[in-house]
Amino acid sequence: MRKLQNNTKYLFITALFIILLINFLSDSINRYYYQIIIYCGINIILATSLNLINGYTGQFSLGHAGFMAIGAYVSASLSTYFAPALISLLGTGLVGKSIWFIFVLLCGGIAASVVGIIVGVPSLRLKGDYLAISTLGFSEIIRVVIQNLNFIGASQGFRGVYIYENGTRSLEMVSELSDVQYVFYEIPKYTDFFWTYLVAAVIIFSITNMIRSTYGRGFIAVKDDEVAAEAMGINTTKFKVTAFIIGAFFAGIAGGLYSHFLTYINPEDFNFLRSVEIVAMVILGGMGSTFGVVIAAIVLTLLPELLRDIQQYRMIIYALLLIIMMILRPQGLFGVRLHRKRKTNV
Amino acid sequence: MLRTDNLHVNYGAIKAIRGISINVPEKSIVTLIGANGAGKTTTLRAVSGIVKSSEGKIFYNDTDITGLPPHKIVAMGLSQVPEGRLIFANLTVKENLEMGAYLRKDRENIKKDLDFIFNIFPRLQERLKQSGGTLSGGEQQMLAISRALMSKPKMLLLDEPSLGIAPILVKTIFEKIVEINRTLGMTILLVEQNAHLALSIANYGYVLETGSIILEGPASELESNPDVRKAYLGEI
Ligand SMILES: Nc1ncnc2c1ncn2[C@@H]1O[C@H](COP(=O)(O)OP(=O)(O)OP(=O)(O)O)[C@@H](O)[C@H]1O
Ligand SMILES: [Mg+2]
Repeated sequence: MRKLQNNTKYLFITALFIILLINFLSDSINRYYYQIIIYCGINIILATSLNLINGYTGQFSLGHAGFMAIGAYVSASLSTYFAPALISLLGTGLVGKSIWFIFVLLCGGIAASVVGIIVGVPSLRLKGDYLAISTLGFSEIIRVVIQNLNFIGASQGFRGVYIYENGTRSLEMVSELSDVQYVFYEIPKYTDFFWTYLVAAVIIFSITNMIRSTYGRGFIAVKDDEVAAEAMGINTTKFKVTAFIIGAFFAGIAGGLYSHFLTYINPEDFNFLRSVEIVAMVILGGMGSTFGVVIAAIVLTLLPELLRDIQQYRMIIYALLLIIMMILRPQGLFGVRLHRKRKTNV
Repeated sequence: MLRTDNLHVNYGAIKAIRGISINVPEKSIVTLIGANGAGKTTTLRAVSGIVKSSEGKIFYNDTDITGLPPHKIVAMGLSQVPEGRLIFANLTVKENLEMGAYLRKDRENIKKDLDFIFNIFPRLQERLKQSGGTLSGGEQQMLAISRALMSKPKMLLLDEPSLGIAPILVKTIFEKIVEINRTLGMTILLVEQNAHLALSIANYGYVLETGSIILEGPASELESNPDVRKAYLGEI
C-alpha cells in the first residue's frame, strides 16, 4: 500500500512536468484545437467528480450543471466586481494573477459545495430515480435564479462590469454618467492549459488514492449494499454527503475554469443538457472507473466537434450511443463488470 | 447482555412486530424461530438500529440504545450478519474483511483476528483476492460471518445463516458458530427458519408468530414441545 502511494506521487509529479512542458508549447497550437483541449480538460474534471457520486457511491445525481453554474458565476463575479480591489492588492504580475485566480476558483468551489450540502442532505434520503429527479430540479432552480439576477446579467449572460470612478457599478454604460471616467472589467481570461490540467490531475490523483484507501472503500460499500454498510458501522449518510460535497466542489472549480476561459457565460450554458452530457460521460466510462470516465470525457468532447455538420443531432447521437453501450457493454468502455448480487435460491 | 422491552416496529401501516421482549444473557446462544414474515429480521434490524422502533426499549449491557444510529451501535460491540449475506460484491474478500474492521482503532491486532478467521474458514484464505460477488453462496455466508467478527464484536446477531445453503455446508457453518461461541465466549442472537438446527445449538429460544412471541423456553424444552414440533419441526 505504502509503495503504491509513493508510485502515485511520482506519477503525479511527472504529470505536472508534462503539463508545464505542454503549457510552454501551447502558444504554437492552433486556437481552435487549443479550445477543444481546454474543453476536454474541463469535462474530465466534471465527469470524474460526478463519477465519485454516481459511479463509486452509487447515488444517481443529475444536477452537476447546477454546481458548475455556481462555480462559474461566483468566480466570474468576484473577478469583475472586485477587480479594482484585487488589482490594488495583488498587482498584475504573474504571481498576483495566479493568487487571484486560485482564490476565485476556490470561492466558486466552496460556494458550490455549500449548495451541495443544502441540496444533498435532504435529497440523499431519496433513492434512485427520485434522487435523480430532485437533483435535476435543484439544478434547474439554480439556473432560473441566475436568469433573474440582474447584477450578473440575468438571461442576457455575463461578460463583465463597468466600474465608474464614483463607485457606480453597472453592466451597461450609464448615460447620465457620460462624463465620468470608467473602466470595463471583463472576466479575465486566466484559464489556460496549465490550470485546467493541473486541476484535472489533482482530482484524478486524489480520487484514485482515496478510493484505494480503507476510508475510500466506504464509498463503494455504500453503493454495493447500504444495509450491510450500516451493519459494518459505516455512516452511510456521511459518505453520501461527502461524495456530494467533493463532487460539487470540483464541479464548481470546473465552472470557474469555464467562465475564465470563455470570458462570457450564459445561464443556458448550464442547462439540463449539460448535466445529461456529464452523466453520459460517466456511464460511457463505466460508472466507477476513473480511467474509463477520463477517456469517455475526451471522446464525448471530440465527437461533436468531428460531427460539426450534424450538431443539432448531438443529443440523439448521445442517446443512441448510450443505448448501444447498454446493450453491448453494460459495464462501460473500461469499467469492470459489476457483480450482481446472487439471489438466494430457496 | 441484550434485552428488549415491549418492542414495536411499523413499516408504514404494516405492524411488523408488536411487543417483543427478549433477553440474551452473556456468552449464551439465544435463537428466534418462526415462519416467513414473522418479524425475525425486523427484530434484529431494530436491535442494530437499521430500522427505528415506534415503541419499546432496547438495552445493551443495561445501557439504553434505543434510537441510536447503526454505526454507534456497532462501535459498542454489537455486530450484525445481515440476512441474505449482504456482502460487498465489488470488493475483494480481503477488502470485505477490512470493511468489517472499519471502526477499529487497534490496527495491530487485526492480523491476529484474520488468522483466527482463516483457522475457522480456511476457504476464505484461498480466495482473498477474489471479488465478493463471485463467491459461492456458502462462501459468501462464511465471509459475512467473518466480516462481522472483524469488528471484534462482543455480541453477534446472525440472520438466517442457513439460507440457501446446501445441508452439508449448513452443518459446518453451525459447528463454526458454536466454535465461535465457545472459543471467544461470544454472545449470539441467532435468527433461523431451520428450527431444529437452531434449537440444537441454542441455550434458549423464542418462537415468533405474526409479530409476537407465542412461546419461549430453554431450547431443549422447546424442541420437545408438541406444538413446536408440529408447527416448525415438520411433524404431523
Ligand atoms: N421494508 C419493509 N417495508 C414494508 N414491510 C416490510 C419491510 N420489511 C419487512 N416487512 C414486513 O414485515 C413483516 C416481517 O418481516 P421480517 O422480514 O421481519 O420477517 P422474517 O421473520 O425475517 O421472515 P423471513 O423468515 O422470511 O426472513 C413481513 O410481513 C414483511 O412483509
Ligand atoms: Mg428474515
